[in-house]
Amino acid sequence: MIPGVSMIHILILSGVLFTLGALGVLIRRNAIVMFMSIELMLNAANLAFVGFARSMGALSGQVFVFFVIAVAAAEVAIGLALIVAVYRNRGSIDVDMVSDLKG
Amino acid sequence: MTVELAIFLGLAVVAVGASIAMLVSRNAVYSALFLVIVLFAIAVLYLLLSAAFIAMVQVAVYAGAIMVLFLFVIMLLGTENVESESRRPWQFAAALVLSYVLIIQFLVVAIVLPGDFGGEFGALVDGFGGPASIGILLFKEYLVPFEVTSLLLLAAMVGAIVLTRRESSR
Repeated sequence: MIPGVSMIHILILSGVLFTLGALGVLIRRNAIVMFMSIELMLNAANLAFVGFARSMGALSGQVFVFFVIAVAAAEVAIGLALIVAVYRNRGSIDVDMVSDLKG
Repeated sequence: MTVELAIFLGLAVVAVGASIAMLVSRNAVYSALFLVIVLFAIAVLYLLLSAAFIAMVQVAVYAGAIMVLFLFVIMLLGTENVESESRRPWQFAAALVLSYVLIIQFLVVAIVLPGDFGGEFGALVDGFGGPASIGILLFKEYLVPFEVTSLLLLAAMVGAIVLTRRESSR
């Protein structure tokens, strides 16, 4: 029993964290920090999942979070490899520097 | 105010504060360490929500493996302070406006939606969220997704090696 905490609290916190992550992707130019912001958004979604699992008494939500964490691990491995490759080619991971395709 | 609500509010303040600190700190290493604080706060929130196994996975995989990978790459590339000043001032303002719209949407959904979810949480069966119950569900109902995840991790591993391999002279 968790008296006092309800789904509204969880959803509001999840929404605030997701928005901060989205804001980070929009305002930062460092590719690694943008990537961390994406992780923050994934965590906000996971928090909503766990909250709903708790609210409905269904474990499937928690299993889904488990899969999301596994996919996030794969995504981080590939994403950081891409960043390393970009750095080797460009000497910078500032995303404004990687705009060759811009017309 | 109950103890649980006080814990929740404290964790929420820590998580949001550390997220903001992550966004505004100029040094990428500081950003990574602030993100570790956020991940730990969320892990404790999972414990509060009866998700003990997920909380441990969060600490081990996220705060452990993933953040070490982040710090490793930051220090390998030596790109702690590469941020250029944004050359487009309107971009920052547009980002703030879009975030404002997003947060309003979230608040409306969170406050209007919970017809069935609005009340306080009810009682749970014994062992909810423990390793045993998660494992049984994972290997009975979600066996195929589990195996597909292993393939995905293998593909990610091969992909990371291929992407970071130095081109050999042809």
